[in-house]
Amino acid sequence: MAERLIKTQLEHLKREYFCRNSQAEESAEKENQVATRIQSWYRACRVRAYISHLHKKAVIIQKIWRGFTARARVRQMVKAAYFIMKMNFYDEMAVRIQRRWRGFFVRKYIHSFYARKSYMEGLVIKNELVRRQLDELEDLQKRERDCVEMVKQQTAKLYQAHRLHHLISTKQCPGVFNSPFRTAPHEIELLLRRVKYQPPTKLVPRGRVSLLGIPGPSAPSFPETHGSPWNKSTRNCTSRPTLPPINKKKQQLSSDRTRQPSPPPQATPDPRQFRPPISCPPALHHHQV
Amino acid sequence: MSQRQIIQAFEQYQKSRMQFVQTVADMATRQQNIELLQKAGVISMLRPLLLDVVPSIQQTAALALGRLAENNDNLAEAVVREDILPPLVQSLASQNRFYKKAAAFVLRAIAKHSPELSQAVVSCGGVNALVLCLEDFDPGVREAAAWALGFIARHNASLSQLVVDAGAAPLLMQCLQEPEIALKRIAASSLSDICKHSLELAQTVVDTGAIAHLARMILNPDAKLKRQVFSALSQISKHSVSLAEMIVDAEIFPAAMACLRDPDDYVRKNVITLMREVVKHTPELAQMIVNCGGLVTVIDYLDDSRGNLRLPGVMMLGYVAAHSENLAMAVILSKGVPQLALCLSEESEQHIKVAIVWSLGQIGHHTPEHARAVATAGLLPKLLQLYMDASSSEDLQAKSKKALKSILQKCTDVPLLEPLLYEAPSNILKHVVCQFSKVLPKDSKARRLFVTSGGLKKVQEIDAEAGSPLQEYINAINGCFPEEIVRYYSPGYSEVLLKRLESYQPA
Repeated sequence: MAERLIKTQLEHLKREYFCRNSQAEESAEKENQVATRIQSWYRACRVRAYISHLHKKAVIIQKIWRGFTARARVRQMVKAAYFIMKMNFYDEMAVRIQRRWRGFFVRKYIHSFYARKSYMEGLVIKNELVRRQLDELEDLQKRERDCVEMVKQQTAKLYQAHRLHHLISTKQCPGVFNSPFRTAPHEIELLLRRVKYQPPTKLVPRGRVSLLGIPGPSAPSFPETHGSPWNKSTRNCTSRPTLPPINKKKQQLSSDRTRQPSPPPQATPDPRQFRPPISCPPALHHHQV
Repeated sequence: MSQRQIIQAFEQYQKSRMQFVQTVADMATRQQNIELLQKAGVISMLRPLLLDVVPSIQQTAALALGRLAENNDNLAEAVVREDILPPLVQSLASQNRFYKKAAAFVLRAIAKHSPELSQAVVSCGGVNALVLCLEDFDPGVREAAAWALGFIARHNASLSQLVVDAGAAPLLMQCLQEPEIALKRIAASSLSDICKHSLELAQTVVDTGAIAHLARMILNPDAKLKRQVFSALSQISKHSVSLAEMIVDAEIFPAAMACLRDPDDYVRKNVITLMREVVKHTPELAQMIVNCGGLVTVIDYLDDSRGNLRLPGVMMLGYVAAHSENLAMAVILSKGVPQLALCLSEESEQHIKVAIVWSLGQIGHHTPEHARAVATAGLLPKLLQLYMDASSSEDLQAKSKKALKSILQKCTDVPLLEPLLYEAPSNILKHVVCQFSKVLPKDSKARRLFVTSGGLKKVQEIDAEAGSPLQEYINAINGCFPEEIVRYYSPGYSEVLLKRLESYQPA
């Protein structure tokens, strides 16, 4: 009995095993496919979960990182903007200072109104001063010229008086210039009385020598006076001042012409140099500073 | 024939030659004889006598030739044509001083007429011979040579360059230092003639140290010397700034102003010319002269002198005022403007008037102050009159228009502008009205004055094309006044009123 049971069980088992295997074999394919599908689905879920987990984490990291860099950049931008604001302010203030300074400097030193005004006033004063000085100078020069003129005229008069010495009036006979009908003698008569007669000598050089020893204005110079280039004694050097000849020798040499006594005690002047008894008017020497 | 008779014959011939030459020389001093002498063929007669054995005949013949050629350029050309110059120049090197003087005289008399004759003298080697004479001992010979060189150099720059290239400049400088006054005069005059042409020539002369010597001679009492010295200095200074500065550095200026009171006219004229040439270059130089009191001396000079002598003074004031506004104000404060107005009314020559008008323009064109100073002297109507006068030359008209315009553009004084409203032609009127349109909106007193003096009426009568700048100015002026007043003064207003009267019906 047990053996039959075991045999039937065995048979049952064999049949069961066989059925199951044949069933399994029949549904093996389908079950395989299904299993594959379930597995793939599960795997996909797992992977998706994994990926989404990764994504989330990545997003978190990126979020934090980007916030960090952005904040750093903003901080930098704020610093820069602050710096620029400060610089603008400084620039503005510097411009104000420079403007004030330049205005002050230009108005005080370069285009100074007061300096110009005082310059103009000073100029007017200086003009007046220069004018006065020039007037004085002109006056002085005019007086000098007048004095020289006067001296020349005096010299000429004395020379005339010297030539007309013979017209002096004597005790017996009144001269031409001392007419009895006049109240007082003429000035030429007075001059004639004053002039000392000197005999002319041969050794005095020709040419007009005036009182001051400077040759007269008509000093010969080629070719204004073209007096005889064939005359060998033409004077060439025109501005040499001539010295008066020495008296003693002159008297001796002219002794054969006119017997003159020994020279009078006072120095006899050169006959050509008429030392006039009248001196220059005091005004000449007054301003000779 | 005996020896005595032979000698007698020769002596007689010599005497007659001598007499002929002396007579010709004496006759040549008179102008009316020269033509007759030329017709008689005197030059061909004198030519062989120049090469005569006897020195005195040679000298007299040369003297006669010189006198003949001096005043008459036909004769001078005849002398050149007859080939007299080459033997004359050759003998210049060898003969005695009288002959040298006479020969130099002849060269001078020929060179003075024209550049071609001077060129003829130069091409015979005259310049080198004359420069040799400049080294001679005798001052008369040097004077004659310097005079001849001066006349040669006078004509143009190339001849001056030839004279300088022959080495004349240092020798003339030595002549300047000699004691003889006549030699100094001639040397200064020749230097002045050389320098006047160009900068390089002036620079060459200055390099020999001319300025110091000329500066020393300023205080010499001789008037003619002073003329030439100042003329030389002004010719030097006119070419460039550096030369003018060198002259100023020689401390001439305060001393030169003393010479401005010299009785000789030409000394004064040359001093003023020197001041003008210096002032022309830069504002600093002008400032320096103004600071020495130069302006007042110029104005006194203008007061004293007449005619052509005034020209450099007037131009000097113009140059000073042209540099800057300060200097123009200095001119105004030194009472330059009334003096210029006086000169303008006194002078009748056109070129002097042109110079005065130009100077006034330079003075008045800087700021309203300056324009007012010029206008208060009553010069604006005068300038207008000179512009419109048909007998003024073109130059005078152009310059007075320019001066008037430039002064008007700065003039802001209404009473002074008004007289111009009545007489001015339209191109000047434009500026006058423009000034009114600028001034009237700002100044109420001026507006009242404008109305009461009849200016507004005149403005209304001006006929201008619509849209032209004149019309815009007129509109601007009309805008300054209330409408009733403008209408009151507009022409034909009385007719308008009368028409209204006709159409009016009493109620």
